[in-house]
Parts: sequence; structure tokens; C-alpha cells
Amino acid sequence: MSGGDTFLGMPAFPVNAAAAVQDSQLRFNLRKATHTIRAKRATVVGELPDWLELRQAGKEIKDHTLRNLERYLLQLEEAVTAAGGHVHWAADAEEANRIVADLVKATGETSVVKVKSMATQEIGLNEALQAEGVTAYETDLAELIVQLGDDWPSHILVPAIHRNRSEIREIFQDKMADWGRAAPEGLTDEPRALAEAARLHLRERFLSTKVAISGANFMIAETGTLVVLESEGNGRMCLTLPETLISVVGIEKLLPSWRDLEVFLQLLPRSSTGERMNPYTSTWTGATEGQDFHLVLLDNGRTQVLADKVGRQALRCIRCSACLNVCPVYERAGGHSYGSVYPGPIGAILTPQLRGMSSELDASLPYASTLCGACYDVCPVAIDIPEVLVHLRAKAPHPRAERLGMRAAGWVFNSPGRLAGAQRLGGRFRRFVPKHLPGPLSAWTNTREIPDIPAESFRDWWNRTDGGAR
Amino acid sequence: MRVALFITCVNDTLFPGTGQAVVTLLRRLGCDVEFPQAQTCCGQMHVNTGYPAEGRRLARHFVDVFASYDAVIAPSGSCAAMVREQYPRLARARTPATAAAGVSFADEVAEMVPKVYDLSEFLIDVLGVTDVGAYFPHRVTYHPTCHSLRGLHLGDRPTRLLEQVKGLELVPLPGADECCGFGGTFAVKNPAISAAMCSDKVSNVAATGAEVLCAADNSCLMHIGGTLKRQRTGVRIMHLAEILATTEVVR
Repeated sequence: MSGGDTFLGMPAFPVNAAAAVQDSQLRFNLRKATHTIRAKRATVVGELPDWLELRQAGKEIKDHTLRNLERYLLQLEEAVTAAGGHVHWAADAEEANRIVADLVKATGETSVVKVKSMATQEIGLNEALQAEGVTAYETDLAELIVQLGDDWPSHILVPAIHRNRSEIREIFQDKMADWGRAAPEGLTDEPRALAEAARLHLRERFLSTKVAISGANFMIAETGTLVVLESEGNGRMCLTLPETLISVVGIEKLLPSWRDLEVFLQLLPRSSTGERMNPYTSTWTGATEGQDFHLVLLDNGRTQVLADKVGRQALRCIRCSACLNVCPVYERAGGHSYGSVYPGPIGAILTPQLRGMSSELDASLPYASTLCGACYDVCPVAIDIPEVLVHLRAKAPHPRAERLGMRAAGWVFNSPGRLAGAQRLGGRFRRFVPKHLPGPLSAWTNTREIPDIPAESFRDWWNRTDGGAR
Repeated sequence: MRVALFITCVNDTLFPGTGQAVVTLLRRLGCDVEFPQAQTCCGQMHVNTGYPAEGRRLARHFVDVFASYDAVIAPSGSCAAMVREQYPRLARARTPATAAAGVSFADEVAEMVPKVYDLSEFLIDVLGVTDVGAYFPHRVTYHPTCHSLRGLHLGDRPTRLLEQVKGLELVPLPGADECCGFGGTFAVKNPAISAAMCSDKVSNVAATGAEVLCAADNSCLMHIGGTLKRQRTGVRIMHLAEILATTEVVR
């Protein structure tokens, strides 16, 4: 349910958000979850006296890699091939899906297990495989909840953040049997019980499935090594047990050398789960004994983003989701409002760049922010999200009425005389300003009073009193 | 030192009392402030809504008006942050307009930026005062506003000033660093989310039991104040300058 096509025809962000903000259960779930992770992150980041230096190093390593992307990608390809892996290049979602589907079909299997991966969600891989008669089973706990619930992910790190445990219990109870081993009798909503139900359900799947699909958090160009960070150990199961492993990875996930990992293994867990270190870090280089390995390198709009001098900083993103957890807009609108697998502040700058701004939804995303700057403050690779938002707003299509209004305002502001004239006009008619304004401005007066218009502007006061001297 | 007041279009038009308070306060501290008549708007609304060409014209105008001064004081965190953060970007972006203005616009902006101060920065960093001799016997809570906090990095400057005001009881605002939901045109483009954010801000303000909500930015105060008034909370809004300008003599 999470592919690119899923979001086709969705209304603009303000419409989605206005509906979501009315859902008090969602508001409660999101507030509780984001504030919890936010506090954990603040604590573990605060522990590191050199956090700002680490952040700067992360930014510079990523910028260096992106500047030399072609060289490092070729180096990676060579290293992976030398280690017995097969490298495939995919220009877009369709090509990536085709490559993966063909690889799976060549094994003769009709089911695959999946490690949590944003790239495969971005390209709608599960749906594409389904169309080819292959069932993809999500094995990350939160992704399992989303898949069983026939739902969409609403957060990068915790895709089921919009669900509380009693909702999860219901989903397990009702849907697990359709996908494999049923939920145990008398399942409660205790976290332990829910985790145990998922463990029993998934264990059968791990032991019986011969093909796995993953993404990767990092790829090391120097050695051809892929790296996955996770919490649950399901990733380790998928990466090691099956006979065939296919990894679909965005081309920006590259790092030049092992040494660079030192920086990112500190930045990522502290920023995303608020832990000093993630429980599982798996690394593998090429094919290992008894396992075929395929790496699908995915562009899908990334080189186009790279061409934009301001927008390209979005490619530094390591998908930690710290920006989502501090965003007051995300907290109230929820992830689904963004109509993309990338929600929140990073989604608001990534989605319009990857997909373009031809749909009403995508054109509204750069405006889904107050530019409060909380996202930039917490970003571990210093992506200046407000800067990119403003940059994209300049490229977005503007409504005609707004264009005219902005032009008129510009005309007034271009001359101090015209501004003073407008102020005097406002002062003269101040008693006639209605309590409820018409048209788009009613959006203001629906919930707020408008300020009293003073009889005299500051500049008129200054001139009348000679700066208060008279 | 020649000091100019950049009143900002919102204060000029809707909150003249804030400008008058800045003038009163600075005069009391022995600082003569001029008001260059040609000033208009910093261009923030245009730039942040996606109209950089108009914004760039207004930036050009701002620099023309204020370049000859040693210090420019803006009683607005977001307008000061606009000049400091966004003008260098606007000046860097090459367009026919900037090319016609010559390569020097970026240099002119680079010279302008360090001379632009938010009021509390000017008082503490330039004049070196924290006790401005104010008297305001009321319970006050302070909202730091996003651009003052994360754009200008004002830190505790405003609260240090408030703490020195005689009679004033400063009460901490829960969730102070969270945005009020104004965001310029965001308030009308995404009214549902904006209102939800402001509603939470207003609950936090009400929970403090303060009589007055203070900030260093009238646009945020206009937003929160509009909601405070609609919800009939009885809490007043006041710009930092207005509290700092109040003395026993005036009262």
C-alpha cells in the first residue's frame, strides 16, 4: 500500500492535515511518541561534547561524496563485483522493480522476506512484486503492523507511530492468520505479548523463505561493504538465512571509506532512536558462502536533485527522522498528510524534488512548514531544511490571487510614500474592519481576532511629534 | 555612533506603540536614534512565500536606506533574522537584477549584516546594560519566538533584561521553544494546523497564570494574542520594548 502510485490523486497537504488534526486518538498517539523520542535524543546528544564537530564532519563527508559520486559509485561497483556480488543500475522505480522481480522469478520462489527499507517503499516494490505473483513479507515489527493493517507507514523510523498498542493488538488478532501463523489465543496489549506474537509469526517465515530483500543505511565504496543498522534482529535473520539476498539502495547512501562509518555510527542511532548505539549492526561484502548477492543501485530522481545547488543538501539525509520528531506541524498533521513515504520536514523538501511539483499535493509540500527551524537544529548532517523550503517555494506554482496580492504588496512596499498612504487609509477606515474577514483571509479570523488598527502609524507619529520631542 | 531604528512594516502599521517604546527606552539610556523615512519592509513575506524577485528588490532598498548607519535596531526577531540569514543568500543568487546591481551587492550585504541588531542584542552587547531602569509590577511569561531563538540565537538576553525589571515576576512558559504556528502566510495556507499549534501555545500561556505574554516579535504576538483574545483568556500581549520602556515616573 505504500508505493509511488498509492498517493496519486491525493488532495493537497492543507486538506489532508485539516482532516488529520481532528483525529484526537492520532493527535494523542503522535504527541506521546514524538515527545518521548525527542527527549531521549536530546539526552544522548547532550552527552557528547563534540556533537557539533561530529555533525560538521557528517555534513562534510556527505558533501564530499556527493561531489565525487560517480567516482565512488564505480569504485563500489568494482569492489562488490570483486567480492562475488552482482551490481545492477536502475534509473527509476520501474526499472528497479523490473530488475528485482526478474531476479526473484529466476530463483523460482514466490515469496520474499524484507528488511525495513525506505528505498523499496519509495519505488512501491511490494506492489510491483505482487503484480508478478510474488508476495513480499515485511519483517520489521512496525512494518509488519502496517502491512497487516493494510495501512501506510507514517514515519520513517517508526512507520506505525500512528497506532497505539491496543490498536496493534486488534490488528494482530484479526489479520495475522491471513498472512501466516495466527496470533496466540488471549493476546493482550502488553508490549511483551505483542512482541512475542510477532516473533512467533515471523520465525516461521524466516526459516522457510529463500529470498530476502533489503535496503542499506550505508555503502562503503572502498571495500564494497553494505551496512544495516536495526533494533530487532529481524534484519540479521533476513540478511543471513536466505539463499539469495537482493539489496536496493539509493545512490546517495555511499561513504568513501570504513573510517567514515565512525562518524555516522555515532550520528545515526543518537538522532533516530535516541540510543548511544543500535542493537544490531550488520555488514556484508559481496556474496558470502551459500548466498547469492545482488545490489540494485537506485537513482529515481536523485541525480536531478544533485543538479540543484541549494536543494542537493537533501541528499545528505541519513533517514534518522529526528526532524519529524521535533516538527510541530508533523506532530499535528501526521505522516499520511504528506502523501509520500517521506513525511515531515525532510519529506517536504525531498518529495517535491524527487517527484516534481506538478501535482497539487507535491506543490503544497514546501508550504507545510512555519519555517520554525527546529528541524535544522536537530539534523545530524546539518540540512538547512528551512533554506530548501524557501528555495522550493520560489519554484512552486503560485495561485493567481496570491500572485496579484504579492505584486500589490510589493508595489506598496517599494515606496515609503505609498506605504504611508496605505497606512493612513487603514487608519481612517479602521472602525469598519469586520470581525470576520472574507475569502482566504477568513482562515485567520476563524480562530483569531485581528489586531486593532491604530489611528496613526509609527511614521506619522514620528513626523507629527518630531520623534517624540514635541 | 549613528543609530537607526528599523521599525519594520508590521510594527509601523499595526504596533506603533512598540516603536515609541524603543525610542523612549533608548533615549533614556542616552542613545539617540534616527528614523530613516525611506524605509519600508525587509521583504520577508515575499521571500518566504516564494517571491524572491520582489524580496530582492526590498533587500536592495533596505541596504540603500541603512548602509550609512553604524547600527540598525529592529524590534523584531524575524525581520532581523531575515536580514542576517536570508539577505546573503538573496545577494548571492545571480539573476539579471543582481547582475545589473553589480557584483558588489553581496559585499554591501556582508557589510550590512553585522550592523543589524535585535533590540535585546543592542542593549546587552552594544550598550552593555541589563538593568534598563524599568518598573512593571506584573506577572509576565516570555515566549522566545522561533526566529529569535533559532535564527538570531538571542539565548537568555531577553529574559536577563526582564529579570532586572523592578516588580516584575517572570514565570517560565511550558513548551516555550515550540512554534506558535504563525509562520507568516502559513497561518492562512494551513489554517487548521496553525490554529492547533496556537491553541496549544495558548493553553501553555494560560497555565502560567501570567497577566502578560511578552515576546520580541509582534507578528508572533499578533497571532497568539488574536487567539488569546478570541478565547477570552484575559491575558494581554506586550512587546519586550514596551515593558522595558515602562518606569515608575511614567506610571
